[in-house]
Amino acid sequence: MILKSKDVLGLEEMSAEEILGVLEIAARFRAVFDRPVRSVPIMRGRTVVNFFHEPSTRTRISFELAEKRLSADIVNFSTATSSFKKGETLRDTAENLAAMKIDMLIIRHSSAGAAAYLAGVLECSVINAGDGAHEHPTQGLLDIMTMRQRLGDLRGKKVTIIGDIAHSRVARSNIWGLTKLGAEVTLCGPPTMVPGALEKLGVKVEHDLKRAVARADVLNVLRIQLERHASKSFPSNREYHRMYGITEEIVRGLKPEAFILHPGPMNRDVEIASEVADGPRQVILDQVANGVAVRMALIYLLSGGDPGALGGGQAA
Amino acid sequence: MDWSWKRIPAEFLVTNVRLCTQGKLGKRKGFLHVRKGRIEGLGVGSPTMEGLPVLDGAGLVCAPGFVDLHVHFREPGQEEKETVATGSLAAAAGGFTSVVTMPNTSPAIDNSGMVRYLIDRGRDAGLCRIFPTGAISPGRQGEAMCEFGDMVAAGAVGFTDDGSPVPNGNLMANALKYAGMLGVPIISHAEDLTIVGNGVMHAGYWSARLGLAGMARASEDSSTFRDIELARASGGHLHVAHVSTRGAVEIIRRAKSEGVHVTAEATPHHFSLDHSRCREYSPLFKMNPPLRESEDVNAVAEGLADGTLDCIATDHAPHTATEKEYQFDQAPFGVTGLETALGVGITYLVNSGVMDLGRLVELMTEKPARALNLPVGRLEEGAEADFVLFDPEKEWVVRAEGFKSRSRNSSYLGEKLSGKVAATFMRGRLTWLDPELAPRGED
Repeated sequence: MILKSKDVLGLEEMSAEEILGVLEIAARFRAVFDRPVRSVPIMRGRTVVNFFHEPSTRTRISFELAEKRLSADIVNFSTATSSFKKGETLRDTAENLAAMKIDMLIIRHSSAGAAAYLAGVLECSVINAGDGAHEHPTQGLLDIMTMRQRLGDLRGKKVTIIGDIAHSRVARSNIWGLTKLGAEVTLCGPPTMVPGALEKLGVKVEHDLKRAVARADVLNVLRIQLERHASKSFPSNREYHRMYGITEEIVRGLKPEAFILHPGPMNRDVEIASEVADGPRQVILDQVANGVAVRMALIYLLSGGDPGALGGGQAA
Repeated sequence: MDWSWKRIPAEFLVTNVRLCTQGKLGKRKGFLHVRKGRIEGLGVGSPTMEGLPVLDGAGLVCAPGFVDLHVHFREPGQEEKETVATGSLAAAAGGFTSVVTMPNTSPAIDNSGMVRYLIDRGRDAGLCRIFPTGAISPGRQGEAMCEFGDMVAAGAVGFTDDGSPVPNGNLMANALKYAGMLGVPIISHAEDLTIVGNGVMHAGYWSARLGLAGMARASEDSSTFRDIELARASGGHLHVAHVSTRGAVEIIRRAKSEGVHVTAEATPHHFSLDHSRCREYSPLFKMNPPLRESEDVNAVAEGLADGTLDCIATDHAPHTATEKEYQFDQAPFGVTGLETALGVGITYLVNSGVMDLGRLVELMTEKPARALNLPVGRLEEGAEADFVLFDPEKEWVVRAEGFKSRSRNSSYLGEKLSGKVAATFMRGRLTWLDPELAPRGED
C-alpha cells in the first residue's frame, strides 16, 4: 500500500515515502500520454464525483481528464447548479452523496477544513482539490514532480516561493511536501502576504526578492489574486510588479540552471513578466501535464490499484 | 425529621457541609439554617434544633449560588438556540442562581418594556435570577443612546452593545458619563472591526498554518485601551467583558493601579484553552474573542488570581447543532459555558495550583456580584438563601446528552473535568438536583 489513508487531504498528512510512491506511479501514467490510446480501463464502472464549491477551470479539467483516462464514470456538480447557495450544510450534502453510493469524491471548497470534514463523515475516498487557504495537495504534488524531473533528489535544493503566501493553499502544500523531501524553502513577498509565523514550519522568510532568488534552484511564482486589493495587502499591480514581479532582470540574476513554476492562470506583467512567461526558464506546460498524471496516480492508488500492474516508466 | 427531596420545607438545616464564602473554604464541617427563603444562620458544628428537617450534606462544599455576568439567553428572537427557561435550567444545573443577560437579542433589549419582559420571563421560569443589561444604542446600531434612565428604573443593571463594539468613541464617552450618573456600568466588548476584518480565529501560528483569517490581539488591546481612557476621562464605570489577551490584562492592571473605575471578567475557555485547539477546524473552538496563545491563557489565569480581573463569566453563547455544523469560517462565534464553568475552574485553576478553591468560588460569587452591584453572592445571615452544594473532586466526562441548555456547543465535549454540582437552591427553593450526587434523602 503506497497510501496509508483512504483520502488525500493535504501533504501535511503524507509522509516522504508516500509522496515519492505517488510520484513514481504518476511517472508511469505520464508515459502513457505519449501512446496513441491514452486511457486505461482501470476505473471502469466506478463513479467519481467532482464537487466544486468554488470556481475552477484548470484543476477541474485536469481531474476530469485524469478520471476519463482511467475510464471512470464522472458526475460534476458545482456551486451554480447545487443547492449550496440555499444554505445546505456540508453534512447534508455529504449524506446525500453517501446515499448515492459513489466511489470517490473530489472536493474544491472555499472553506479551509472542508475536505477533512467530508473525509471524516464519508466512507468513500476523498481527494482535496483545494480547501480555502489551507491545502491544495494535487498542485503540491505536481509542482514537486516537475521539480524532481529536473533536479532529481530535492534534498538540499533551494526552492523560493513568491507571492501571497498567507492566502495560498498552493504555498502550504508546497511547504509541507518540499520540507519533507529535504528541500530548503524560502518564502518571499511583502510582510502583508508572508506571515512570519510560518517560519515555525521550517522555512525561511525573506522580503527582498533579489536576495530570495539569488541562490535558488527553483522559483514557484504564485498567482496574485487581484481582487485582494480590497484587503489592502499591496498598493497596486504596478508596485507589486516593480517589487516582486519576475522580470527579465530578475531572471538574469538567477543561477544558470534555475527554472520557474507558476500554478496558473497567470497575471502577465503582474507577478511574472510576459517575456519570462514565454521564455526558456518556465516549465508551466510540464506542470499541466504532470497534474493529470499525479491525479491519475492518486485516483488509481485510492481505488486499490496495484502499483505492480502498471508498466514501467521513467522515474520521477 | 427525615429529609425528602420531593418537598423542600420552608425551614430546614443543611449540615455536614464545608461552607465556602468570602474567599475561604471552611476547614471544619458546618451548617446552614434556611428559613422562609432566607439564611437564618450559619456556622461550624451541627446545632440541634428539635423538629427541623435536616439535609445531611455528606461533606459537600456549600457555597453561595454562582453569579454569571455574561450569558446569552437568545430570547426574544432566537428561541431555537436557547430561551430564558432553558437557559435558566442550564444555569441551575451549573450551580448558578443569578445571571446577567446580554441584550443582543432580536430585537435588541433597547427599551424598558423589553427589560421588563426579560425579568418576567425569568420569574416565570423561576430557576434563576435574571439581571438584564440593555443595549447602549437603539438596535445596537452604534449611533445614539438608549433611554438608560427608564431602563434602569425597569431593572437594567448595565449597558452594552455586546457582540459588537461601539465604534463611535464619542457615543462611548457619553454613555460612560450618563450611565455613571445612574450608577451602572458600561460593559465593553473591546474589538476593532477594522483590524479583525473577516478573521475567524486568533492571528498567529495556527491561523497561518491552517489558512484561516486571523483576528489580531491589537484589536482587543487597542479597544480596551480606548475604553479605559474614556472611563478615566468621564469618571464612569467601565466593565470589560471577556478579556482574552495578555495586553488587555496589563492595560487593566495599570488602570486599576491609577484609580480608574474599571472592572473586568474572563471566561473559562480563555483561561483554559489556546488557539491550537482549532487545528481540526471544529467550530466548537470558534468564539469571539478567539482562543489565543498560551502566554495569554496564563496571563488571564494570573489576572484572575491577583484580582486584576474581578471575576469569571461564562459568555454562555448557545448555537444550534446545525449552525455549528457549518465549516469553521462559516459557523457562528460562541460556545456554551454555564454547565461546565465549575468543572473547568476547578480543573484548570485549582487543580493546577493557580488558586485555591475558596478564591475560585469567590470569583464566581461575591466578586462578580460586587462588580455589577448585584445584591447577591454571599452566605450571611439575613441574605436570601441562594446556595449551591457541590463535590469538588467528582470527576465526570462532558457529554452532549447531559446538557440542560437547548444547545450543546461546548468546547469541552469528551473532556474529563473535576467538580460537579449536586444541588442548587434559590431563595431556599430547589432549582437543580443531580440524582447521582444528591445527598441521601427519601425520594
